Amino acid sequence: MYQIIRQIIKTGIKTEAAPQSDESLRVTPAHLQQQILDAFGGALSIRLVDAGSCNGCELEIHAVNNAYYNLEGLGIKFVASPRHADMLLVTGPVSRHMEVALKRTYEATPDPKLVVAIGECACNGGIFGTDVDNYASCGNIANVIPVDVAVSGCPPTPVAILQAILTAISPEK
Amino acid sequence: MNNLHPNLQLTPFPTAIPAWQAPIVAGDLQLICHKVRESGGRLVAIWGRDRREAGFVLHVLLLTQTGLLCLNLPLSRQVPSYPDISRIFPSANRMQRAVYDMLGMAALQAADQRRWLRHAAWADDSFPLRKDFDAQAALRSDLDDYPFVRVEGQGVHEIPVGPVHAGIIEPGHFRFSVVGEKVLRLEERLGYIHKGIEKRFESSTLQQGAKLAGRVSGDSTVAYAWAYAMAAECIADKTPPDRALWLRALFLERERIANHLGDLGYLGNDVAFSFGFAQFWILKEQVLRHNAALFGHRYLMDAVVPGGVSVDLDEAGKKVLSEECAMLTREVQLLRRLYEEHAGVQDRFIGTGRVAPKLAAQLGLCGLAGRASSQAWDMRVQFACAPYGMLDVQMATHQNGDVAARVNVRFDELLESLRLQREIMANLLGTGDLAYPLASLPANGFGVGMVEGWRGEVMVAIHTDAAGNLDRVHPHDPSWQNWPVLEHAIIGNIVPDFPLINKSFNLSYSGCDL
Repeated sequence: MYQIIRQIIKTGIKTEAAPQSDESLRVTPAHLQQQILDAFGGALSIRLVDAGSCNGCELEIHAVNNAYYNLEGLGIKFVASPRHADMLLVTGPVSRHMEVALKRTYEATPDPKLVVAIGECACNGGIFGTDVDNYASCGNIANVIPVDVAVSGCPPTPVAILQAILTAISPEK
Repeated sequence: MNNLHPNLQLTPFPTAIPAWQAPIVAGDLQLICHKVRESGGRLVAIWGRDRREAGFVLHVLLLTQTGLLCLNLPLSRQVPSYPDISRIFPSANRMQRAVYDMLGMAALQAADQRRWLRHAAWADDSFPLRKDFDAQAALRSDLDDYPFVRVEGQGVHEIPVGPVHAGIIEPGHFRFSVVGEKVLRLEERLGYIHKGIEKRFESSTLQQGAKLAGRVSGDSTVAYAWAYAMAAECIADKTPPDRALWLRALFLERERIANHLGDLGYLGNDVAFSFGFAQFWILKEQVLRHNAALFGHRYLMDAVVPGGVSVDLDEAGKKVLSEECAMLTREVQLLRRLYEEHAGVQDRFIGTGRVAPKLAAQLGLCGLAGRASSQAWDMRVQFACAPYGMLDVQMATHQNGDVAARVNVRFDELLESLRLQREIMANLLGTGDLAYPLASLPANGFGVGMVEGWRGEVMVAIHTDAAGNLDRVHPHDPSWQNWPVLEHAIIGNIVPDFPLINKSFNLSYSGCDL
């Protein structure tokens, strides 16, 4: 126990300042009232849905939970069920085998809800193509469920992911 | 290898690892597989190819004590079927089913004929990897009903989990049959993120294919990109410059370091030791930041290209990595001691999710999980491609086969990779060419590449057509072998230990769903 405490003290606080929101990431005009955003701002629950990614974006979503980005320190946490979530973070392209699961997850998330598309493939199908040229893909997330904010990158950095989440819960400027 | 069959006509591949191919007839397939199995060999991968008028070809890649052996079995256009080998190599089961789903080539009399990669996104009688596949005509949006094996008896109930899981993890379905808390049976259903990768390769250039290979499984991007490049270089019969090979090894070890750090953190987290998660992920983040600063990408995507590498390391960068190495070695040794001395952590790790060595051998468990169950195979050791032959890699093994063993193997491999990183940097002297130009490939070529990724052996096979374009590319993830073994590892354990056991294997969904 002594060793653990010593290591915690030695490590110190690694958390860095959170990035600002970025209006250029907004896909759909903000549709939540200010009061609700204020409420979300205090505590936001996110459900991740991998709709077909290569697992690269998930690595960076894991990283936003590390001590440097400290997502939970901002009052934002990942929850186990869409029924407990305010926001869906969706990676992909949406594979055709995940289309129904993604729609059902969206429907299971209570209103008001936000959807943030994470990564190049989630934005435009990426290297895997779209429903036009790939038999197994529905293309980007917005082809299947409404998207509020989207961030590209292969994969987007943890700062970019944080920025996208924060943009979604900020009032439109 | 000649003693496997009197008629075996072996041709060596000009690749970086010992590998041969041989044409065979259907009647010899099971016989040769039996012989390989009896002599301690393993099945690596099975894939098929549509050669139009010339019919189909089934490729069965085996690993023997002397190297890789690819059996090429031509099948007729009218009846593309072949003898089942899942009775000899149980891991063939899902691979054979995937070959049927993609190409309509059937394993005769296989016990399990259920679909695997195909759910319901395309018509039952269309096969995406046939050259005449008409995507628009074949598309369906039905819901399928997979016939899971039912366990019946008093008090038995089922827990369906997924495809959308509770954590930050890829999608798949797990069907648990339990009595109380105890798991009687787990059956996996994967294929949810099948995104047509193999078909996509066929319309890619060599360079686009390299990027795609690096995104088959994002956490193993270096391993896939290297295996792909090795297969391409095998067809071109060329060897990359020395400096490129050293840098590839550096990238591959950094990928192993980053993934092992992340997994060790999560394994702590899964037994409520969140201190471990915080500590290991601070270390992992530092590795990723150094990757971004020195090589332009946190996960080293697109750093390995056909012909060589795309980024270099200068003296200033070497200094950064030397300091990182010293820091990581010190911290990992400290954290290992804390994990080992923590009674609560060890109580959850020891004896949990055990795969005995005998079972591991029967089922073909490979890679990191295999080594934790006495399956002593490591491509960097037995079939070391350059530059590993000069590095004297120490293989980490364990015989207990439980979560604790898989944690131990990760610690050993992590420290060994840090040592290798130091050795590699000592060999990266001055400057040199990073790649030779490899714009296109010769016609009608066939090459294989295989490297030891952090999870296990990653293999890529490339076939080119008469114009030298990619005709067929098959990437193979070690998770194909290991997913079925996870179903055994959980038997008799309690449901709440599943996340821990699952994480201790940490298998790829994307790498198998393709």
